Amino acid sequence: MTVISDAWAYLTTSSNWTGDKGMLHLLTQQLLLTVTALFIAMLVGLPIALWLGHVGRGGFLAINVSNIGRAIPTFALLALFVTADFPGTAEFGPYGRAGLATLLALALFALPPLITNSYVAVRGVPSDVKEAADGMGMTGAQKFFRVELPLALPLVMSGVRLALVQVWATATIAALVAGPGLGRVITDGFFRTNYGKGIAGAIVVGLVALALELVAAGGQRLATPTGAGGSSSKRDPKGEPGMSAAAPTVAAGADAVGAE
Amino acid sequence: MTLLAAAVGAPTSSSADGPTCYSRLTNEWICGQYVKDFRPEIQHATLEHLQITALAIVLGVLIAFPLALVARRYVRLESTVLGVATGIYTIPSLALLPLMVPFTGLSKTTVVIALALYALTILVRAILEGLRGVPDEVVESARGLGYGNTRLLLRVELPLAIPVIMAGLRVATVSTVALTTIGSLVAYGGLGNLIKDGVNSNFRAELFTASVLCVVLAVLLDVVIVTSQRVLTPWTRGGRA
Repeated sequence: MTVISDAWAYLTTSSNWTGDKGMLHLLTQQLLLTVTALFIAMLVGLPIALWLGHVGRGGFLAINVSNIGRAIPTFALLALFVTADFPGTAEFGPYGRAGLATLLALALFALPPLITNSYVAVRGVPSDVKEAADGMGMTGAQKFFRVELPLALPLVMSGVRLALVQVWATATIAALVAGPGLGRVITDGFFRTNYGKGIAGAIVVGLVALALELVAAGGQRLATPTGAGGSSSKRDPKGEPGMSAAAPTVAAGADAVGAE
Repeated sequence: MTLLAAAVGAPTSSSADGPTCYSRLTNEWICGQYVKDFRPEIQHATLEHLQITALAIVLGVLIAFPLALVARRYVRLESTVLGVATGIYTIPSLALLPLMVPFTGLSKTTVVIALALYALTILVRAILEGLRGVPDEVVESARGLGYGNTRLLLRVELPLAIPVIMAGLRVATVSTVALTTIGSLVAYGGLGNLIKDGVNSNFRAELFTASVLCVVLAVLLDVVIVTSQRVLTPWTRGGRA
């Protein structure tokens, strides 16, 4: 496989990493883009989802936003934003219109996992714990910040983790509209039949995705109170017997809070 | 089809005389004339999109099913199977397609295999969860009636697992429809080809029509799956909406 050795050669040539069009620069661009998009999505999505979960209404909305979001291709969204007039001029922001379009598309893309997971997380707090909080005379805000939020945090964090990795992976498609990021290395190599370069880019993106996943997993473990295992799957809060992997985590968290 | 009618009905602009609504000068987003003039191209792209999605889902189910059975049978393998399936999901689609080109070339096969791999993650989990959800007493009574392993799976467990499996299939299908657009990277992206061309040549009508068709296609397939689920599981009707 000459392609693989070409890729290796590209990866080990230091001039491919440094400089204005080097991979390090592109990597930083993409990381910045990913983190900003995730931050915007969290700023918008988390308060809404957590509040809906606290009030216990709007589940239909939360789940459907996620379903509709899944049906809209991010590529189409990105293409629409780039072609439209409204997101400023071509010189707007650090990466131009393509960068801003990518940021918007990615932020929208990150919303569904964030909203669904946070909503389900707050709804999944056992009702006896909530009743106990009421019985202790906690106000709505106290109940939310001292009881529901700590118990929901592990599942909320797993939504953030999911969104982070997905946004990073999806950020590469910015290259399809000549946007910033590592996707450029892939498309450049690909369109100029320099497959080694394309594959080298793909490898770097994949490795960083893996690294992000590990970092996010660590962050999630920090958010999980006392040794309750990470619950990485989102589930509906119906609590059917025999199908509850998320429930034990929340229950274990409840024990931990009770012990403190 | 309703969409086509809506798009045609929206701006019935100067049809014969003057520039069309998709000309360089006006470049409108919604343009019925475009749909009329480029119908063969749009139809071809839509059919290709549908074909790639369907093949990918079928392939995904074919791979996911034995994997789920293996994971259920051998508990030790379960975390490995689920881990690998989740690992595939973290590979960016823009990276997976080029990685496969040396092996499968610039072909439809490349896109289908890549999409099937992505669908795998959701499908394996759904099938495993569905089979797990079958109540123990039902399995025991079937065994008591003398059901063998295969018959138990096909006649008892699988039908009872259908609602959960179908829920997974819906998610997988809808995301696959959206993801197929990325296939335009190797020139087999169905409607994604139109979107890409629309961006590159600043052709708004083409871009918008293709994007809307993508969403319509996803919704239509979703409806088809929900309907077939209702037909397949008549006993759940009236249970929940």
